Amino acid sequence: MAQPEDLLYSKEHEWVRLDGENATIGITDYAQESLGDIVYVELPKAGTEIEQFFNVGVIESVKAVSDLFTPMSGKVVEINTTLDGDPAAVNREPYGAGWLFKLRLSDPDEAKSLLGPAEYEKITAG
Amino acid sequence: MNKRTALHAEHVRAGAKLVPFGGFEMPVQYSSILREHDAVRHRAGLFDLSHMGQFWLTGDMVARWADTLTTNAVGTMKPMQARYNLFCNRSGGTHDDTIFYRLEKRWLLVVNASNADKMWQHLNANCPEVGVELKNQHGKWSLVAIQGPRSVAMLQPHVDVKLDELKYYFCSEGHVDGAPATIARTGYTGEDGFELFLSNNDAPRIWSALLEAHRSEGLEACGLGARDVLRLEAGMPLYGHELTDAITPVQAGLSWAVKTAKPEFLGKEALERQIQSDDYSRIAGVVMSGRVPAREGYTVWHEGRLVGSIRSGSIAPSVDNKNIATALVEKAAATEGTRLEVEIRGTKHEATVVPLPFYKRAK
Repeated sequence: MAQPEDLLYSKEHEWVRLDGENATIGITDYAQESLGDIVYVELPKAGTEIEQFFNVGVIESVKAVSDLFTPMSGKVVEINTTLDGDPAAVNREPYGAGWLFKLRLSDPDEAKSLLGPAEYEKITAG
Repeated sequence: MNKRTALHAEHVRAGAKLVPFGGFEMPVQYSSILREHDAVRHRAGLFDLSHMGQFWLTGDMVARWADTLTTNAVGTMKPMQARYNLFCNRSGGTHDDTIFYRLEKRWLLVVNASNADKMWQHLNANCPEVGVELKNQHGKWSLVAIQGPRSVAMLQPHVDVKLDELKYYFCSEGHVDGAPATIARTGYTGEDGFELFLSNNDAPRIWSALLEAHRSEGLEACGLGARDVLRLEAGMPLYGHELTDAITPVQAGLSWAVKTAKPEFLGKEALERQIQSDDYSRIAGVVMSGRVPAREGYTVWHEGRLVGSIRSGSIAPSVDNKNIATALVEKAAATEGTRLEVEIRGTKHEATVVPLPFYKRAK
């Protein structure tokens, strides 16, 4: 599946939708496919400051617990609370209803260290 | 280097996710664990279990000899009967949990894949010089299971055995689409179903024929991921989790399969002592109150005290989508209704002890 063109990606398979100083974060289609049926998502609390590439939560599939990393630094301004009752939204719509959290970015320049759609595609093809 | 079952090419073609398990490269899932689970509970699922160890036992002494190494009774088995049985060590810990099948010309012993080498050595080390012959068929014969409420209807057109007349935990020698097979009404999912012992030559053809003929009725290829959720819901132990070299069948709630009336068997004294003392950690069924899944190894607490740990855990689609688990806990913490806490990433989460199994099919 081709990657959405308007997003940036991390090597840890998160995506970022930039909107000025704000960003929405999720995991990629490749990530949800590898994890399998997602049954629980633990997100950072709204209001906390988180740092790029640090472990900020977990995503649990039927079989396994996986760490969630943040692709950028900032203050968590909103989390997707609908995932509490419907974690499978991450499987169904990883780039839509399955988004994870929103950040007020502390350093928008960090975007330069992320991958474009074509670069990310190469990682998942290998 | 992991071995492959005769069905490996079928799994690859179906896009299965393959993982190493018990020395074999096995499908953990084809489409989705939850979808495969749903197929088995409501329609039927097809499993490749050819990684499991199959030993053939022949000779006049098999039953009498096997009764000295196992906790359940072998000698009282009727022709074509199957029986769950356990091998223990001298301390009562479990070598393996198995199924004996009393066939027409031989006994078939099915052991866990991960224990197959250990069990083969154990059997040989204890084999008498006359009256018992052992043959290791591990990897040489295939085992395909069809499990689910529709399995009689789906399998019947393919076999020359009247499935309605085959009782639970009995088997029959017959044919599946012309291929010689041992057809047993056994399984590990909590549903009705059959296990088919087939030659490696015939297995791929039978596997494809069953799937193609019944896919439109909802038959799905199912992996070990779905199997693990199904067996946990049904309260069935998995070796390495609820049973180990250090966990006895008594601790695992399997005293019904420990026949202390037998004159002697390996581990009997230790197991009898344990039963009499009634003072031992035991496997309890646990339901989490919240949405965080309990996983193997998490610690379990009762009134502020560490009382044990989780042995298996999963979300349970057939138990209101709750998170269920088995825990090995002190006796006082194992009573039905006891409030426990499971520590997950530094936070304690509420749980309650419930009777096993978590799920029982409607008869």
